[in-house]
Amino acid sequence: MKQHGSTFKGRHFFTIPYVVWMAIFVVAPLILVVVYAFTSKSGQLTLDNFTRMGSFWAVFTRSILLALIATIICLLVGYPLACALAREGPRLQRIFLMLIMLPMWMNFLLRTYAWMTILENTGLINSILSLLGLPNISIINTQGAVVLGMIYNYLPFMVLPIYSVLVKIDSSVIEAAQDLGANSYQVFLKIILPLSLPGVLSGITMVFVPSVSTFVISRLLGGGKNMLLGDLIEMQFLGSAYNPHLGSAISLIMMIIIVVCMMVMNRFGEGEEQAVIL
Amino acid sequence: MSSTNKKNVFGRLLTAIVFIFLYFPIIVLVVFSFNDSKSRKVWSGFTFDWYKELFSNEIILNSFYITLMVAVISAIIATIAGTFAAVGFFNMKKRPRGILLAINNIPVMNADIITGVSMMLLFVSARTLLRFELGFGTLLIAHITFNIPYVILSVMPKLYQLDNNLFEAAQDLGASWMQAFVKVILPEIRPGIVNGLIIAFTMSLDDFIISYFTAGSQIQTLSMSIYSMARKKVSPEINALSTILFVSVLCLLIIINIREARQEKRARKNNLVG
Repeated sequence: MKQHGSTFKGRHFFTIPYVVWMAIFVVAPLILVVVYAFTSKSGQLTLDNFTRMGSFWAVFTRSILLALIATIICLLVGYPLACALAREGPRLQRIFLMLIMLPMWMNFLLRTYAWMTILENTGLINSILSLLGLPNISIINTQGAVVLGMIYNYLPFMVLPIYSVLVKIDSSVIEAAQDLGANSYQVFLKIILPLSLPGVLSGITMVFVPSVSTFVISRLLGGGKNMLLGDLIEMQFLGSAYNPHLGSAISLIMMIIIVVCMMVMNRFGEGEEQAVIL
Repeated sequence: MSSTNKKNVFGRLLTAIVFIFLYFPIIVLVVFSFNDSKSRKVWSGFTFDWYKELFSNEIILNSFYITLMVAVISAIIATIAGTFAAVGFFNMKKRPRGILLAINNIPVMNADIITGVSMMLLFVSARTLLRFELGFGTLLIAHITFNIPYVILSVMPKLYQLDNNLFEAAQDLGASWMQAFVKVILPEIRPGIVNGLIIAFTMSLDDFIISYFTAGSQIQTLSMSIYSMARKKVSPEINALSTILFVSVLCLLIIINIREARQEKRARKNNLVG
C-alpha cells in the first residue's frame, strides 16, 4: 500500500542544482572579492588596499551625500504621490500606475541619455533660455545634474512600494480612529504612517543602493569631475587604473555601507524586513 | 467633504508635475528622432532618416539580437530552475530554508556593480584554468544567476496559498507524487511562474551593469552599445531606437491592462451571479 502524504510536500533534492549554482556563482564570487581585497598583486596577505582608501575620502563622502540627497527628495515627493495615487478610483489608479512603470521599462541608459540632451550647454534648456533672452546656465557636469539623474531614474522605486502598502491599509481602521475623535493629522501620524513604514523602508533601500553605487549617471551627467564610488570601482576593473585588488577593497567597503544601512532600516522596521517585491 | 477635495486637488497637481517630469525627456527624444538635422535643439524638418540608419546599423542590430537571446534563454532557464528550487524549499525546515532564502536575496539586495564585479573576478580567475573567454556564455550565466531569485520570490507565495485538500484528493484517487504535482500543483502555481518569467525577462532586458562586467570585450548587449555611443558622440539613431522601444512597451502595457481590466470585470460579474 502506498503511503499517502496528507499534504503537499516539496522534494528537498529539487534544491540541489540551485544550491550548487548559487554556491558557485553567488557565494564564491563574494568570497573572491574578500580574498582579493586582502591580497596584493603578488598574492601576499596585505592591508595596503585599505590604507590607500584614505585618498578616496572625497569620493566616499560625495557618493553617500549625493545618494542621501536623492533618496530624501524621492521620499519627499514619492510619499505624497503614493498617497494621492492610493486615493484615486480603481480605473485612474491603474492608469497612473502604468504611467509610473512605463519609463522604468524603457532602457535605463536611454532615460539618462535623454537628460544629457536636455541639460547640455547647447541643449534644450539653454536654447529655451536664450530664446527668452535669459542668460544660459550650466547644469550638465555638476553634482546637481547627477542628483537629478538619480531622482529621475529611481523615483518609481520609491513610489511603488509605498503605494502597494498604502492600498492595503484597511479603511475601517482609519474610520475607527476618526470615530474615536482623531483629526486627520492624528490619523496620519498614528495610523497611516506606522502602517506604511515597511513600504517606506523598502523604498529607501531601493533608491539608496543603486544611487550610491551608480557609475553610469555620474559618467553621463556628471562628466569626469564628479566621480562616485561606482566610477572608482569600475576604473579598477575595466578602466585605465586596472587594479582588481583595490577595486575589491572598495567594493567590500561599499557592501559594508549597504549592509549597515539595511540593518539600521530593519531596526526601524522592528523586524518587518519583508521587502515589497513588485 | 471640502477638505478631501482640497487634498485631491493637491494630489492631482503633484501627480501632474511628476508625470511631466517623467515624460518630458522621453517626449524630447521622440520628437527629435524625426528631426532632419543632427541638432537636438533646432527643429529643421521632418524625416525618417534616423530610422533607416538605425536599421542599417550593424552594431545596434547585433547587440539587440544578443540582448534578446540572453533575455529569452536566461528567463526560461531561470524560471525552470527557480520553480524547482521553490518547490524544494517548500516544507523545508525553518532554519535551512531561512539560510537559503537569505542567500537567495543577496543578488536582489546587493548593488548591481558588486554582483557584476564579483562574477567578473570569478570568470577571470577561472578563465586560465578552464580555458574559456568571457563572452556569451559568461553573460548568460550571470543573467541566469540574478534572475533565479526573482522567480523564487514570485513562486513561493503561490505555494503557500495552495489548498492542501487538492493534493490529498489527487493522491487518494491514486495519483503518484509526480502526477499530482503536474496535474494539480503546477496549474495552481502557474500565475506565480508566469509572473516570475516576465520579471526575469524584463530584468534581463534592462540590465546594463552586470552585463558590462561579465560580457567581456567581444560581444555587446544593447545597453552596452548605447552606453558607448552616448559617451562618444550623440547620434540621433539612439532617439529613433528610444521611440521604437517606448512605443512597443506602451502597446504591451496597454494590452496587459485591458486584459486585466476585462478579467476583473468578469470576476466581478461571476461574483454577482454566484
